[in-house]
Amino acid sequence: MIQPKNTALHSSHINLGAKMVNFAQWEMPITYSSLIEEHHAVRETAGIFDVSHMAVFDFNGGDQIGFFEKIFANDIKKIANENKALYGVLLNEDGGILDDLIIYHANDKFRLVSNCSTREQNFDWYKKHAVDFGVEVVERMDMGILAIQGPEAMKKILAMNEISSLVENLEPFGCMFSDEHLYARTGYTGEDGLELIVPNDVIVNLWEKALAEGCTPIGLGARDTLRLEAGLNLYGNDMTINNHPYESNLAWTIDMKDEARDFIGKNALLKVDKEISQKIIGVLLKDRGVLRPGYEITHEQGKGIILSGTYSPTLEASIGLARVDQGHGDKGQVMIRNKALNIDFVSPRFLRQGKI
Amino acid sequence: MGDIPGDLKFLSSHEWVRVEPDGSVTIGISDHAQDLLGDIVFVELPDIGQSIDAETDAAIVESVKAASDVYSPISGEVTEINSILEDQPEIINSSPYEDGWFYKMMPSDLSETDNLLSPEDYSEVCED
Repeated sequence: MIQPKNTALHSSHINLGAKMVNFAQWEMPITYSSLIEEHHAVRETAGIFDVSHMAVFDFNGGDQIGFFEKIFANDIKKIANENKALYGVLLNEDGGILDDLIIYHANDKFRLVSNCSTREQNFDWYKKHAVDFGVEVVERMDMGILAIQGPEAMKKILAMNEISSLVENLEPFGCMFSDEHLYARTGYTGEDGLELIVPNDVIVNLWEKALAEGCTPIGLGARDTLRLEAGLNLYGNDMTINNHPYESNLAWTIDMKDEARDFIGKNALLKVDKEISQKIIGVLLKDRGVLRPGYEITHEQGKGIILSGTYSPTLEASIGLARVDQGHGDKGQVMIRNKALNIDFVSPRFLRQGKI
Repeated sequence: MGDIPGDLKFLSSHEWVRVEPDGSVTIGISDHAQDLLGDIVFVELPDIGQSIDAETDAAIVESVKAASDVYSPISGEVTEINSILEDQPEIINSSPYEDGWFYKMMPSDLSETDNLLSPEDYSEVCED
């Protein structure tokens, strides 16, 4: 068995009594106390997450804008003159989603954060295509990531003297570098807050300062329920290499306004018939039970499958994301252990700004 | 984790059974099991009158993270279910050996309990 990797905060998690799990070859905290209490802490006050297992890449030299225009389905020109983050997907030639990621641009530098399980695949992909643009790709194993999220996140961050002056003027999706340290007003919970992509040697200090300000440590368990309530896709569950963005609720990340721009996967996407594609929709279970990935759905004009499903602590009901045939209407049924239970089809964004 | 009551017997899959003074038995899941599952949000209990064989699935318990089958430690006919768990499944987290019981049975053969683990043996299973 391969020895799992540890983040810089591994002993901090152990000391807090976290339950640790092996997640894509990293030993990560799944919960510290109660998943539901951690979830509510983020919705009501502020929580802090160690997400240092995510992959961080920097870029040196060459035509970096040309490189991102080629490999990224969203248009990097949106942020090339701004200090901002841009979400989007990496496609293969068939329009299949290789990963979803965020590219940050600030102080004339780009930094990219993508998923943990796709780290090697992406690194090879970047290097392969970077050659044509004279760009050097650097995997930053020396960087960790903290996310501080919740309605009181900014208040608590501004009380941390180390970083308050750096982040006080950041707008949503804004970001800035201070040396190698990147601060961004982004997240994966549907709440306000920051992500700090900083060297591992400062992570423990920032973590302890945030805890001292009253941030609750949050495990990967609540990270999943929070992102699902916010209707945010999880790569590997809600989309894979076998899905194109139009059937993954990600049409908004495909930017073809610049007709001269030729990005990988564009030709395949132009051939997709969006009128008949399946789509991702939110599902609310009306009967008792819990939606889980793989459960089959039927509706008036077709069928579908649950991609992500869980119990929503905020709604106190089970919610999920499903990929379904078009023409679904408002109601359908899900099969759970050979019983047909009632579901409503709703917007995948179950919560907006953390509210029902 | 708290001490395990001495009058319980266990399956290695974390279910307990208690023989009551009237000869009926009460069944639930262990403190270790509820801790592994985390916050429990749903249970599906057997029907009253249902006959269940030893070591076959009798109930479902789901936490936020996962669904899990609950196996009956011994055979018998269900006489009572703990319906309050359907509205308040979190009781299983807070009181796995008392208020969080799942169902009661009239056992078909009480000697089946001889095949089950003692609290000491079960504790060792949990440490593996």
